[in-house]
This record gives sequence, structure tokens and C-alpha cells, in this order.
Amino acid sequence: TTSNINGTTNLVIRGTMLFSVGVFLALVLNLLQVQRNVTLFPPDVISSIFSSAWWVPPCCGTASAMIGLLYPCIDSRLGEPHKFKREWSSVMRCVAVFVGINHASAKVDFANNVQLSLTLAALSIGLWWTFDRSRSGFGLGIGIALLATLATQLLVYNGVFQYTSPDFLYIRSWLPCIFFAGVITMGNIGRQLALYEYKVVQEKTHQD
Amino acid sequence: MTLRERLREKISAAFYHHGLLCASYPVPIILFTSASILTCCYPLLRLPLPGTGPVEFTTGVRDYTVPSHEPQGDLGERPDWYRGPPVAYIQQVLVKAAVSPWDSSLVPVDVFRSPLGRVFSLLEEIRNHVHSDSTGVRSLEALCLQVTDLLPGLRRMQSVLPEHGCLLVSPGNYWQNQRELFDSDPDPLKTIQKHEPKGLHTSATLRDLLFGVPGKHTGVSHYNRKRVVTYTITVVLVSYDTRFLGSLRSRLKQLHPSANCSLRDDHMVHVHFKEEIGIAELIPLVTTYIILFAYIYFSTRKIDMVKSKWGLALAAVVTVLSSLLMSVGLCTLFGLTPTLNGGEIFPYLVVVIGLENVLVLTKSVVSTPVDLEVKLRIAQGLSNESWSIMKNMATELCIILIGYFTLVPAIQEFCLFAVVGLVSDFFLQMFFFTTVLSIDIRRMELADLNRRLPAEAGLPPPKPGPLRPREAPPPPRPSPHTITLQTPAFRNLRLPKRLRVVYFLARTRLAQRIIMVGTVIWIGILVYTDPAGLRTYLAAQVSEQSPLGDSGGGGLPPHLGVAPVFHAGDPTSTLSVLPAPEPTPLPENQSQGHHGSAGAGPRPQVPPAVPQITWGAEDEEGWRRLSFRHWPSLFSYYNITLAKRYISILPVIPVTLHLSPQEAIETRHPQDTRHPPPPIPKVSADLQTDLTLYKVAALGLAAGVLLVLLLFCLYRVLCPRNYGQNGVAHGRRRRGDLPCDDYGYSPPVSEISPLLLRGHSMDIECLASDGMLLASCCLAGQIRVWDAQTGDCLTVIPNHGVFMTQTDEGDLLRRRSVPARPTLFTDQPDLTPLIDTNFTCQPPSHLATPPRGGFDFGGLVEPDRASTAGTQATADWDSSVWAMELRGNLIAAGRSSGKLELWDAVEGSLRCSNEDGVSGITALAFLNNRIVAARLNGSLDFFTVEINKPLGLLQYRGAPGRGSMPPSPCYSSEDVISCQLTRSVQCAHQKPITVLRAAAGRVVTGSQDHTVRVYRLEDSCCLFTLQGHSGGITAIYIDQTMVLASGGQDGAICLWDVLTGSRVSHVYGHRGDVTSLVCTTSCVISSGLDDLICIWDRSTGIKLYSIQQEVGCGASLGVISESLLVTGGQGCVSFWDLNFGDLLQTVYLGQSSDGQGVRQLLVLDNAAIVCDFGSELSLVYVPSVLEKLD
Repeated sequence: TTSNINGTTNLVIRGTMLFSVGVFLALVLNLLQVQRNVTLFPPDVISSIFSSAWWVPPCCGTASAMIGLLYPCIDSRLGEPHKFKREWSSVMRCVAVFVGINHASAKVDFANNVQLSLTLAALSIGLWWTFDRSRSGFGLGIGIALLATLATQLLVYNGVFQYTSPDFLYIRSWLPCIFFAGVITMGNIGRQLALYEYKVVQEKTHQD
Repeated sequence: MTLRERLREKISAAFYHHGLLCASYPVPIILFTSASILTCCYPLLRLPLPGTGPVEFTTGVRDYTVPSHEPQGDLGERPDWYRGPPVAYIQQVLVKAAVSPWDSSLVPVDVFRSPLGRVFSLLEEIRNHVHSDSTGVRSLEALCLQVTDLLPGLRRMQSVLPEHGCLLVSPGNYWQNQRELFDSDPDPLKTIQKHEPKGLHTSATLRDLLFGVPGKHTGVSHYNRKRVVTYTITVVLVSYDTRFLGSLRSRLKQLHPSANCSLRDDHMVHVHFKEEIGIAELIPLVTTYIILFAYIYFSTRKIDMVKSKWGLALAAVVTVLSSLLMSVGLCTLFGLTPTLNGGEIFPYLVVVIGLENVLVLTKSVVSTPVDLEVKLRIAQGLSNESWSIMKNMATELCIILIGYFTLVPAIQEFCLFAVVGLVSDFFLQMFFFTTVLSIDIRRMELADLNRRLPAEAGLPPPKPGPLRPREAPPPPRPSPHTITLQTPAFRNLRLPKRLRVVYFLARTRLAQRIIMVGTVIWIGILVYTDPAGLRTYLAAQVSEQSPLGDSGGGGLPPHLGVAPVFHAGDPTSTLSVLPAPEPTPLPENQSQGHHGSAGAGPRPQVPPAVPQITWGAEDEEGWRRLSFRHWPSLFSYYNITLAKRYISILPVIPVTLHLSPQEAIETRHPQDTRHPPPPIPKVSADLQTDLTLYKVAALGLAAGVLLVLLLFCLYRVLCPRNYGQNGVAHGRRRRGDLPCDDYGYSPPVSEISPLLLRGHSMDIECLASDGMLLASCCLAGQIRVWDAQTGDCLTVIPNHGVFMTQTDEGDLLRRRSVPARPTLFTDQPDLTPLIDTNFTCQPPSHLATPPRGGFDFGGLVEPDRASTAGTQATADWDSSVWAMELRGNLIAAGRSSGKLELWDAVEGSLRCSNEDGVSGITALAFLNNRIVAARLNGSLDFFTVEINKPLGLLQYRGAPGRGSMPPSPCYSSEDVISCQLTRSVQCAHQKPITVLRAAAGRVVTGSQDHTVRVYRLEDSCCLFTLQGHSGGITAIYIDQTMVLASGGQDGAICLWDVLTGSRVSHVYGHRGDVTSLVCTTSCVISSGLDDLICIWDRSTGIKLYSIQQEVGCGASLGVISESLLVTGGQGCVSFWDLNFGDLLQTVYLGQSSDGQGVRQLLVLDNAAIVCDFGSELSLVYVPSVLEKLD
């Protein structure tokens, strides 16, 4: 029973960490996207960012917590533990590349939307290849990205949420790639956290 | 597959060689790398420094045309941002207004109320100005910048700033540009103040925006003593029309002439603004940097098992950063100008390039076997990871190449930087990081070496001297036999290089001097360049001393009813031009009234009776005094960014307004008279200025005193010790003194205590070592093996084996040949330590053994039997050991009977023996698996030791150390060892061979027949016969670097080139035999029978100096490091500093100084020396010399 309690506490701790990471990344990346339209921030933009769509960061946080817990879970279910580059430095590199993809999509001027979406897709696949390379990760990433895009589109369609740019295709093209990269990144973090927990448990059993 | 394998092998080999190179020449490689980094970064100097300050460019107004977008060829100094039309043209109308003459009936509010009121009519004039000519009619409405809404966040400014129309700002905006509102405003100052932000505000305030001049220069206050109000009307134009602006200018000038105005109006200034980074933009940037640092932290945390983690982590980061810098520099060199924001893409570049390779390299190198040599470790580590490094690099290059084909310019540029960065990173990893790693690993080995030294080596004096717990005999002595020389001389041994650098800095007080000079220069620069600094301050003071300053001297404020004093006949007034409409002359004056108030402190200046309106050079470009964020913030209110764009500021239009007191009184608001009068000045201005000057002087003095005190404190804090006091007495350093004598630092007194190894019953004859083990043989024929590190006796091979009673004839024959020796030694007293000289004193055990000549069947004995029963009668006990060598754990002993025996040093068993030769072995050399034996009859025998391993593997035992000793093979007890005579050179020399040395694959023999012969070890082939001595050869030195020196009975020393066989130099140095020869990289050291030690320069053959030793001291020499020589004397060993020839220390080996001389002296790897001392061996550690050479 103690191990069960330990397990749930660990799960909660992991979930909280993932949630906070997700919230933080959502805030920062939202800021990046806003930057695309406003080059120089007037004083009130920051407050409007934090106030207007207040529910977006928590949603992202929850989603990232779920994804980050789901990945190690699926790994263990499938019985193929992830062994590729299990180091914090690699995870940090992955996060940096993810932020970089967002940065590129926000800052770089692309000639057309096809180019943008192709570049982003290539970058996302590259991210997966560099840091993940597992079939389960790829599948889960694709699935979640599609779901998330669909949900966003539904929200936009219902008018709950609105994009500054009216281009429908434009939105559709870059969103899935960003979602995919985000899923891979959060999965990477979740796996690393799970590995840490696993190690701690192992050490404890060794001590016993 | 085969191709891949081959490629892999080649890459691995290349990396291996590269690793060897890096580890062998660390300093040149690091220098080379630094030079190339600097070279590649040199183009970066041409790039503009990052900063957000605006850049200016001035052009003439007359020939101004809007610059084209395309860059043109002959632009010269034209900056590259000056392309295309500007965001806007700024036309300022600078209004200076004053009520004149000042009437005593006026109240302070009158100073600004009516001048401000005139803005509305001026605005009307500007708005309605129309210029019409043949090309058409132009009005301001058509030319000005039309703005729309303010940003949504600026609701409170809506009433003040224009919306939906021309961007035209003036103080009139406070009252919505309506005269009626202004007139009905009871307190205009309050209205202005209302819009000011609360608290500290650094950027442009609304007041600055509307007035167009800095707030304190406007003169809109109750305490304006100059009574001149300054403000601007700022018109923002979107297009430039010369005719319209010209007509506007002339119209305004015509309406309001400024008579004494000489403002230049032929230059317009273009101001380019850099990208401004706000807090909101900073957040993502900071996030990326946080992630970057986390990445670097987690990466470098993995560095382990090295001497200095931080050092290596720093090296890794330096590698990545300088590769990035190199990449930018190279790209700039080849004409690509970076357009991306460096700060933004930098973290991503670091992440792409990554620290992985560096970490992999470190890991691979530290996981190589520790006992290998450093360069081998580096090479092996490199070659282990070569394939993965190359593969990773190829993959990354491929990915980046794919990125290059996205055809998005920004991504292409990023990829270009990344590719060049990757390549330069690879270069730096290979050259810089590998070398740093090799240095680090070497340091770690040194540290290990230090730890391995026994504690006795560096004990403080109160501790008892040599104490071997297992070797009980010597009782703890109070070490009277250990004499310590004067401490300063020994310091050279103890001080590491970095300490010497520190002491050098301390002695010369370099740091303090630099700090002092730097501070003085800094203060000087500060004083002379700071706009608020001393220069302007003094200039202001001087200008206020002009007679104008006391124009109102003693005058009382007008409202007190005292008439103002007019100085109509003021001498300065003649200098000024009389303005036409003015009834009174206008003397020149500073319009900057604030200086006076700042300098005069609480006593304000007496206001002039007639407000002076002057135009100075500072009015020409009054906008310069505004915050540099003035224009960006004005535009940003309308969501127009000036980042990376420029605006053109046109020359100001000066407007002078003189209002009559009547007008001022008319425009008064009823409440205006209620304001309090300004304070009353009491002291004359004359005194005031004097006082101010005194104050300046006093302040300066105080600041100077404070500075001196501060520096003094700084000095005391930084240098608490009195370095100088002891140094003064010594005076200048003499040559030959040690560099660290001048300051009173005395290192702890250190002593070198010899460690006596006891056990032999007779004098020690032969001594051999391979760095780990030490073998000694005494006259009694007993061989003892010692641990060279600890001095423990490991094995004793006694000579009292089972003696056979049988005799055979061959043995008798051998015995007959022995007596030839005494005759030989009559003319050759002590040629080489390896030859038994003390023939008269035969060991008593020899004499006591009645049956001479034990039967030996060593050659016939089966090897396995020998290993099990080695101590049985296989050895030739009655013949003495004349020569002995030790390699690995094999002792080769050459006996007087001509028999060569191989003993196991650890087990003490005889492994094999060879008795092919009959003449006594006078010298032995044991190199790799070859043994060379020189015999008394002048023949030279080459033996091969063959090891038949049961498992066939040959393990190498660590002997990382001096180049002369290659890693020794370690023979296990199961091995079958056989010793075969491969070649015997019967007549190597005509006369007996006296010296035999082997190194670097060469065997060198010296003989009585005056010749030196060089043989190749592999095929026993005689390469050269070197002739040059006119006496028998007595000493030979050869080492790994193929330097060959020989000394003869004629006292001559010859240096030879081993490769060509030519004589390099030939010097005579000694009267009598040369007894010993040693070389370092720079000099040759010889000792002779004349008790002289001579030190020669190796390249030129010039004698540097010689040391006269005591008579009868030993002839043994050893070089511990490049600068430390050790010589054996009578019962003592002496350490000499080779650079200066100073005696550093003499260590007495026994209690009585009249002991036996030290005849043999070996330098071990761990900076220990071992020498014979009668029947004892003495192991002396030199703790401070821990240089590792390789």
C-alpha cells in the first residue's frame, strides 16, 4: 500500500511539474505569436495577453500533463521502454528546438503558406527523429496533433476563440505541426521524469 | 560493407594520430588554435556593436532627394540604412517668447501665460498656410502624416494627442488647440502637470512630446528668472516638398522675425532607430536563454573523472562559443552580412551545434585504461569515438543542408551560420578541446603520483626521519644527518609556476598600478566627456561671470516696488545686434537658465529686467536634448514603429515673440495673481560666483582626498602583506639569485629524508630498476628486489643454494678465463658502475664455499621445472654477478662465468639461463625482448627472450614515465621463457668492452680500443664505428631522442649524430677520465676523475660552467628534471640547480659523513633517486619535483 501511495504522489508531482511547464511554455509561445503582429509592444499588450484568453494556458498545461503522463505509460504498456538519448541535456535540447520552431513560425517571413507548413512539418519530423525515434511517439504525436487541431477549429468555428489572421488555410497549416512538436517535447519531458522516478524506486529497492 | 569498414578504419587511424599529435604538443596547438580563433573573429570588429541608440546621418537640405531603395555604388560614407523614404519628416517650429519689457506690475504667471497663448494663432497660421505655384496648390493637410486612432491602451491621452488627422503636436494640445479653453484655464501649469506620469519615468513624457523641448528648458514655471518661454510646434510630414516648406519658413520668419538668429538651416539630420526590445519581447528571449543554460548545465554535469570539472566545462563552452563567433566572422569575411538578430538565434545555434561531441570525447578518453601513457589515452579515446563523431557530423550537415533548401532567406542564413559553425566547432573540438583534455588528464595523473608518494617524503622536521615499519632496523633518529640548506635557494624547487606568476605580480605590484592608472584615466574621461561633468559646469560658471550676471545686482524683485536697474550702457550691449522691434538692447546671454540655479544653490539669480531672447547653437538641434525615445514613443502611440527605420529631421524654423506687458495683463486669468512670489535674492551675484568657484574647488579637493583614501584602502585590502619591506634590504636581484627572493615569504622548511633499504650483507655491486621495481646485487651475490615506490623488500634471491659437488671441465675452463680481470683494472680504476671493481674483497660466502663450481644445467633444465624449482642448483653460485638489468619482472644477471641468467623478480625463481658464452659478462642491456651482453673478450652477444604464453596474451604493465623506458612486458609465472642467442659478434671490439648502452633501438658499445660502435637492436647489425677519442671509452649516454654522447680516458667528450654517424662536437673538459655523462634537452653534464662536474651547452658545445666537488667524491650523476641534477658524494647526495649551478641541498645518507661514496645512482620515475651506500640502498624522494615528461 505504501508503494501505491508513493506511486500516486509521484504521479501527482510529475503531473504538476508537467502542468507548470505547459503553462509556462504556452504563455511564452503565445507572446511570440502576438509578436508577429505587433512589432513594438505598447504598454498594455502584456496585460491584455494575460487577461483575454485566460483559459488557454491552463488548457495547454492540462494537455501537456496528460501527454507527459501518457507517454511513459504507453511505453510500459507496449513493453518497449524508450532508450534513445535518455538524458536531461537531450531533453533541454528538445525543448530549445521546440521553442525555436515556434520562434521561426512567428518571426520568419515565409513567401507563402505552403512553404511555411512544409518547413514546419520538416522541422517537426526532424525533432521527432532527433530526440524520439519511437513509433509509439510518432503515432501518439500525430493523433494528438490532429485532435487538437480539430478542437481548435471547432472553437474558432463557434467563435469562442479567434485568430488575428483571417486566413483559414494559414491557421490550419501551421497548427498541426506546432501541436506535433509540442506533443513530442512534452512526451520527452514526461519520459525523462518517469525515468527519474523509476531510478529512485530502483535505488530504494536496492537499499532495501 | 567492406568500404564502410575500410573507411571506419581509416578514420579511426587518423583520429589516433591526431590524438597523439595533440597530446604531444599541447602548447603550440593551443597557441595555434587561439591564433586561428582570433583571425576568424577579426572581421567581427567591422560589425556594429549591438545597442539600441539611434544613429544619425546628416545631409544638406539644398540638394536633398529621397534616397532610392537600391544601393548605389558611389555612396561613400552613406550608411546602409539610408535607403528609401523615411517614415516621416519632422519640421519643428521653435518658438521663444517673452514679455518685454518686464513690468514690475506683472506677476509670475504672466511669464508664460500670454506666450503660451500665442501658440494658437501660430497653429492657425501653420494649418492654413497654402503654397500655390505653377505646379498646383499645396497645403499642410496634403503633406502631413495622417494618423488614425491612438492605440487602445492610451484612452487617457485621447484628449491630448491628435487623432484622425495631421500629426501636429504643440503645447496647444493640452487645451484641445482651442484658445477659449486656455483662456478659461485657471491654472495652466496644473493642466500640464495633470498629464505627467507619477513616479520615475525614463522615456519621453507627454510634456516633452508636446513642448518639443526638455521640460526644464521650456521656462513654463513660476520661477523662471529668464522670463523666456520656449516651446515647439512639431509638424510631422509624410512627404517632402521644398517649396511648401520654404514658403512656410519665410512666412513665419516674416511674421515673427528673429533678428539675432543665426541658426543654420541647410542641414537635415536622418535618425535611424535600432530595434527596440521591450519587456514583452524579452520574455521569450530570456526563456530561450534559460533553456540554453539548462542545456549547458545538464550537459557539462556529465563530465566526470577529470581533474577539473569546471575547467573542462568552461573549455567546452568556450569551444562552442568561439566556434559560433568564428562562424559569424567567416561569414562576414566572405561578404555575408548577418541580418538576423544575433541575440535571438544564438541559443538555437548553440543547441544545434551542441556540446555532445565534446562530452562524448571526454567520456571516451577517461574510460581508457588509466595506466596508459597520456597521449596514448587521448589517441585511443579519440579513435574509439571517431566513427560516431563523424557519423553525427554528417547527419547534422545533411539536416542543415535540407534546411538550406527551404529557400526561406532567414532559414537559409541560419543554416549557413550553422554549417560554418559546425565545421569550426569540429575544428575546435579536435584541436582545442582535445588538447585541453590532454592537459587535464596529465594533471590528474600528476595528482595521482603525488598521492602515491609516501608520507615521509614531505614531512615537517619534528617527525622522525626514515621509518620503515617492516624494515625495522633503523631506530627513529632525530635526523641530525639531514641538513637543510638555506631556504631561499630551495624555493625554486618548491614553487609551482602559477605561484611564481602570482609572486611576480605581487612584487611588481602590477595589479595595483594598473588599477590606479585605470581609475585615473577613467575619472579623467568621466570629467571631460560627461555632459553634466566638470567641463560644462565650469563653462557655465565662467559664462555667468560675465557682466550680465550682475545686471540686477542688488536689485529687488519688481513686485516689491523697487525699480529694476537698467544697464543700458552695459559694455556687452554694443556687441549684440540690435533687434529692430526692440526698444532695448539685447546683450548676449545663455538661454540655459538652469545652470545658474544649480550653481548658486539656494540663492537664485536676480532676474534680468528685460527678458533676453537669444538664439544659440544649441537651439539649432534642440531635439538632441530630448530623450532618444522621444520620436519612437510619439510614433508608437499611433502603432507606427521606428525600429530599423529612420526619420528625417528638418532644420527648425525659429520664431521670436515679444509681447508687451499690456498684452500679458490682458490675457490674465483672474486667479493668476494669487500665486506666491519667488524668493528674494539677497547676496550679490559677484559674491555668488566667487562662492561657486570656491565650492567647485573645495568639492574637487574633497573628491581628490576621498579618492586617495579610497585607493589607499583598496591597496590595503588587496595587499595586506608587506611585500616591500624585506625586499628593500636585498636590493637588486643578482644574477644567480632565485626569482623569488625579493619578498619576505619564507616557505616552510622542508627536508629530504633518505629511506634506507637494508638487507645486503656486503657492498652493493649492481643496481637496476625499471621504475617499479628495484633490483640490487651485493658482493655476496645476493640479489634483492625492492618496491621502488615504498622501499619494501619483495624478494631475496640468496646465493646459498644447493651446491653441487660435481665439477665439469667446462666450468674449470671458464674459471681460468676469469683471472684476466685484475690486470685489466690496473689501468682502468672505475670505468663503469656495472663492472665489479672491488675485486680484492671477495665475499666471504664465496670463500667459504669449499666446492668450487657447482654443476649447472641451466640450459638443459625444462622451463616448467625451473619455474617450480628455480632456486635449486641450476644457478651458478660461485661466479659473481657482474652485470644486472631489470625489465618487467625479469632480472637479467650476467655472471663472471659468462652465464646469463633470467630471474623472476617477484618469485625469486630462475626462469632460464644461457651459457653459450664463456667470457665474463661485463655489461648488459635489456631492451624490449632483447638482451645484449658485452663480454670481457670484446665480443657482443645478442639474446632474444621468447615468451611462450599459454594463453598467448601479453599484458602490459603500466610504466608510464620517462621516455627511455618503454612499457615493460609483464611475464606471468606460467609463461615459458627461453633465452636464445641470436647473434654473437665475436670481435666487436679489439679490446674489452667497457660501456654498453641501449636506447631507441640502438645498442652502443664503448671499448678500450678508442672506438664507439653503434648496433641496431633488431638485426644486431653494426651501423657505425665512431672514431674520435684518443683514449678508451669510459662513459656513453644515449636516450630515446637519439642523442649520443661519449666520454673517454682522454677527458674528451664527443657528441654524435646517431643517424649519420657524424661527430657533432668534440670538447675536452676533464683532466683524466670522463666518468659519467648525462644529457638533458639543453645541456650535457659530465663528471670526471678530476672531481669536476662540467655543464656544456648541447647545441654549441660551449662549457657553461663547472662545479668543483670535494676530492674523492663519487662519479655518479643523475638528472631528475630539466633543471635538477643530483650527484653522489661521500655518504651523501647533492642536488644542484642546473640553471644557476647552485647547490640546492645535500642529503646525508648516514650518520657519519665519512661513509662510503655513492658509486651508483639511479633516477626513478617518481622523482626518487636510489643510490648505493655501502651495503645499504638509499631511496631519496624529491617531493617538489613532480614534472611529468612525455
